[in-house]
Amino acid sequence: MLSYILRRVLYAVPIIIGVNVITALLFFYVNTPENMARKILGEKNVTPSAIENWKQDHGYNLPPFLNVKEKGLSVVTQTIFFQKAVPLLWFDFGRSDRNNIDIGSEIKTRMWPSLAISLPMFTAGVFIDLFFAMLLAYYRGTRFDISAVVFCVMMMSVSTLFYIIGGQYFLGKLLKLFPISGFDTGVHSAKFLILPVVVGVISGAGVGIRFYRTVFLEEVSKDYVRTARAKGLSEGKVLFKHALKNAMIPVLTNVVVSIPFLFYGSLIMETFFSIPGLGNFTIDAIQSQDFAIVRSMVYLGSILYIIGLILTDISYTLVDPRVIFE
Amino acid sequence: MPVILATDIMVFLIIGLVVYFFIGARSDGPLRAVWLSLKKNRLAAISFAVLLVYAGLALMDSIRWRDIVVSPASNGAVVGSKFASYNAEALSLLDRVFINMRTETEKTYSAPFDDKLFAKETIELPDGKRVRDYPPLKYKGRHWLGTDKVGGDVFFAALKGARTAVIIGTGATVVIIPFAILFGVIAGYYGGVADDIIQYLYTTLASIPGVLLIVAFMLLFGTEGYQGGLISEGMVWAKVFVPNDRLFWLCLILGITSWTDLCRLIRAETLKLREMEYVQAAKAFGAGRLKIIYRHIVPNLAHLVLITFVLQFSSLVLAEAILSYIGIGVGPRMGSWGNMINTARLELSREPVVWWNLLAAFAFMFGLVLPANIFADAVRDALDPRLRNR
Amino acid sequence: MTAPVIEVRNLKTYFKTSGGIAKAVDGVSFSIPKGGTFALVGESGCGKSVTALSVIQLIDSASGYIAGGEVLLNGSDITKLGEKEKRKIRGNKISMIFQEPMTSLNPVFTVGNQIEEAICLHQRKTAKDARALALDMLKKVRFANPEEIYDEYPHRLSGGMRQRVMIAIALSCKPDLLIADEPTTALDVTIQDEILKLIKELKDTMGTAVLLITHNLALVANNADTVCVMYAGKIVESAPTAELFKKPLHPYTQKLLSSVPAISMRGKLLDTIPGTVPSATAYADGCRFSGRCHREMQGCKTIEPVLVENEERHFIACHLFDAVFLAGVNSTHVTRAEAYLPHIKNALVKGGAIVEARGLKTWYPIRKGLLKRVKGYVKAVDGIDLTIKKGETLALVGESGSGKTTAGKSIIRLISATSGEVVFQGRDILKLGGKEMQGVKPLMQIIFQDPYSSLNPRLTVKEIIEEGLIILKPGLDRKRRLKKIGASLEQVGLSADMMSRYPHEFSGGQRQRVGIARALAVDPEFIVCDEAVSALDVSVQAQILNLLKEIQREAGLSYLFITHDLGVVEYIADEVAVMYNGKIVESGPTEEIFLRPRHEYTQKLLSAVPRL
Repeated sequence: MLSYILRRVLYAVPIIIGVNVITALLFFYVNTPENMARKILGEKNVTPSAIENWKQDHGYNLPPFLNVKEKGLSVVTQTIFFQKAVPLLWFDFGRSDRNNIDIGSEIKTRMWPSLAISLPMFTAGVFIDLFFAMLLAYYRGTRFDISAVVFCVMMMSVSTLFYIIGGQYFLGKLLKLFPISGFDTGVHSAKFLILPVVVGVISGAGVGIRFYRTVFLEEVSKDYVRTARAKGLSEGKVLFKHALKNAMIPVLTNVVVSIPFLFYGSLIMETFFSIPGLGNFTIDAIQSQDFAIVRSMVYLGSILYIIGLILTDISYTLVDPRVIFE
Repeated sequence: MPVILATDIMVFLIIGLVVYFFIGARSDGPLRAVWLSLKKNRLAAISFAVLLVYAGLALMDSIRWRDIVVSPASNGAVVGSKFASYNAEALSLLDRVFINMRTETEKTYSAPFDDKLFAKETIELPDGKRVRDYPPLKYKGRHWLGTDKVGGDVFFAALKGARTAVIIGTGATVVIIPFAILFGVIAGYYGGVADDIIQYLYTTLASIPGVLLIVAFMLLFGTEGYQGGLISEGMVWAKVFVPNDRLFWLCLILGITSWTDLCRLIRAETLKLREMEYVQAAKAFGAGRLKIIYRHIVPNLAHLVLITFVLQFSSLVLAEAILSYIGIGVGPRMGSWGNMINTARLELSREPVVWWNLLAAFAFMFGLVLPANIFADAVRDALDPRLRNR
Repeated sequence: MTAPVIEVRNLKTYFKTSGGIAKAVDGVSFSIPKGGTFALVGESGCGKSVTALSVIQLIDSASGYIAGGEVLLNGSDITKLGEKEKRKIRGNKISMIFQEPMTSLNPVFTVGNQIEEAICLHQRKTAKDARALALDMLKKVRFANPEEIYDEYPHRLSGGMRQRVMIAIALSCKPDLLIADEPTTALDVTIQDEILKLIKELKDTMGTAVLLITHNLALVANNADTVCVMYAGKIVESAPTAELFKKPLHPYTQKLLSSVPAISMRGKLLDTIPGTVPSATAYADGCRFSGRCHREMQGCKTIEPVLVENEERHFIACHLFDAVFLAGVNSTHVTRAEAYLPHIKNALVKGGAIVEARGLKTWYPIRKGLLKRVKGYVKAVDGIDLTIKKGETLALVGESGSGKTTAGKSIIRLISATSGEVVFQGRDILKLGGKEMQGVKPLMQIIFQDPYSSLNPRLTVKEIIEEGLIILKPGLDRKRRLKKIGASLEQVGLSADMMSRYPHEFSGGQRQRVGIARALAVDPEFIVCDEAVSALDVSVQAQILNLLKEIQREAGLSYLFITHDLGVVEYIADEVAVMYNGKIVESGPTEEIFLRPRHEYTQKLLSAVPRL
């Protein structure tokens, strides 16, 4: 088992390096430091010396990948890639381009508000979706099932923005049930969190319920379910014992892979509800065109995704006896 | 003088695909299966008709030309004269058909079907007295869905959003289909090192969260290109073609973030098809690899591509609104529902509430996405028998 | 006679489909006494499996329903019971085993858990007792190590072992009736024999009645007391087994029996049934076999025959045995001449070897670890020698995984062999370069098993057959190509005007003919038939076997016939090679091998084959 996990982590290494190279290519080569400087200093009235100064100050005055002027190892190390991108591998995110803040420590403080909103939203969402999906699978083919599926399709067809704006307007502004937006720490955060969680669950329900229902129905059509029925098991037992455990396999891919990503929060939700999390951080960086932050966030997102993949593989081995540690 | 944007070509391509669909429906293969299922499934047929209406709007909004501006110095000699110049605004067929809606603007907000403006003003009555009241509209009863802040017709703005939505929804997938097929087939059919490299490539790309990749790309290139509004001479090639079109870049970027799934699917299907007995029969004839791929593999991937194409459509349309909201979507002067939502969002905090702008955008989006979802389900049911009756 | 355990009266099970109501089972009646074995036979689509599911009340209510009739279990009708009562019967009084042992068990529960489930459900045992009972059942189905098997997951067991687990589950509550729906179809012949013996033995000790569903007539002959032949949703004939096989009365039964390939039919054409089974949504008013029947009379098409007892316990539904009907017809007007069975000579030209494989090896490397280093080989074909003589048929027989298909494909270079040589026309073709090989390719062709995956669904029949001609006969112009395509279609009994159709417009048998036409079009001398008739129903199989035989006679073709079906082998092959674990264990003339098998494995294989 341990060697399996180790191997799985080893497989991830080239992918992490790949992600690093791709982001570096994008940010240092396709988009040159000159461009960045120009954007940050303002398009007009930029003197070449101002650009040079900015590059000097922010450590962009090196060649992107190879420094032919240097000798020995320095050919590689005295480059933007080595100075800026390679440290990401050990989670040294460096400083932001605009305000010179320490990105790493910012991430550390901001991931908790993100988690505070995304964790309840995600857990509630998964359980509610699974519950309704099983209910529909149980009543498959009935009028209740068919109309519920139609309703799901309609819910899927509505923009997330509508749910957020509608939720804020009706639940927040008209009914005054919750504050429209904001955040607090500790117990006081609850009143700020309910609205985004409710909105998040509702906006994801259409897709989620339909997906899980399909998964269940796929299992229900399998041969082993027929065997279970031939044993005389009740429909509920067939569904909740036999089909559910098999359905957990595809469900897990969907669920476990997202877990690490919960630290990341949600771009849209956090801006609308003014949650000071990582999503909000990213949006602010986009709007102020702070490339160092965006680059760090792209990299962080990829790492979290890869961790999610590894966790998924490990959880497979726990649920599916057919998966062996090979 | 016609003006063709890069994305206009995509619209023509899409309309071409629709025509191809009707032709293909008569032959054999996946298109026929879809056609037959449309015949049986009334809801899907209606949905398809609605989609065609939106596609029609997109087409009308993609045929555009610039009017000649007669400069005073030319003495009326227009065509071919060196004095002839063109209006910087290229109006589309849609603009010209609904020219009234375009030009009949009010002063500011007005509610749907209302006969007066939304804000009170000081009005001078015929008898010279001044009162503070809601002024009457200039074009009563014309603005079905009301007007926006600068008095523009909301219905017209919503119509203009159709083109952007249709392009994003279809374009992003169309752009990447050739690459996904190419890489997927190479990886699946040839295997070995090529397979390893391609798998590594798409696993790595798939590891970068889509939204963030889009953000990165748009941040880097987002300010490039035509973003709607007036056309400057510098953008135009050979007087007609505008190649640098921000919407096109957006499609491409959305495509790059979503090609990995299709590529993975195609690779897996190719692996399966490669072992099919008809492929072995072709090998027994000594058919070359390229010939086998061209005759036996690619045509049998068509259903996968078609399913992906229709399934992606609605999520791409919804994504456009979100991206435009974050400020990395289409240009601010481009008609789009995302832009409408973005500008209308603050209107909800006005007192009394200005709701029609927002609702019109959402309603038009819903009107496109719902039939798209229903149609996509019908296509998938028709082509993927495993999921039938679901 | 004892009271029947189960009695089915006029059962009708219909399905709602897009094409209308499919009358899958349409008025079926039979009864099974305690401890009896009752076999329901018929070709695919005749409604035998639906009958079984109806008896155990497992028809999927989403589309199917029991439209009429009764199913009496020990005298009381179970079709009218509520779902809760039905569940008390399922798995307890009536249990069932299915065709696919690979998918019929739940992959995420242990074997023991799945056996106990039924025990706990119906017998109210404590966990400890249930476990003891489950272990006992495992012992009864001949597991030497029940304790270990108990904790095993299904994927670790072989097909035969899984089917034994299924039997353990089904019999754990000592049911009155065991339904076995094609219980051995997916298994190798030696395991098939084992499973059938096991069922028979347990049935006898427990006194359980068995409803055996199968398409394999030979299987029935040895394993049932009573046989019932179904056709198009109805029973056409039912009789004690010996009686039925000795004296089949219904024209369909007669044809079915005479279309089974066997050693006694060597050198003769097999009997076939023209036409295809009618669609379940559009049955005719009269006899459903009319239109295909060789003894059809006036009125057969419009008047439906009823099942009557002709002799003691021999029931038949045919107007030929209806005196009243016969009296009504002026003469017993036979519309179709009796199909004649010409004796055919086995090949006109016989001569030396056409293909010779010597020391042929095809090994697949096993790669493991991060660097994918080769850690060993799967020796799929491990040094075999084969000689196929001109104008003759060599059958390569073996069970699944024996390497027979790999061997066949290696010989025509569809799979590249690891070492050895294949001599064709005096040259070792494994060493030929691309250009030279292209000259050999038209002479060596292949026909596949699956009539569905062997034709590209996106091409017309013309395009399918044309492909080989374009590549291998570049000298032909378009006109001559079309002529050639038409000719090869006619050669396989299809008409040239079918050229523009797509594969899905054909039946399974017709598709197989297209596959043969594709190979024939390039004028081969040697054809590898890879399980070419295994997926077909027996009457269709007979047509294709006849066709292959006729073509061989006309064109002097040589076949390498790869199959697991020994009945087909003894009918068609001149010589036999028996393959086991990548090696050939025995080879020689067919009669010699079948009458005097020397190798232990061959003996085991032959003794396991059920015979009529």
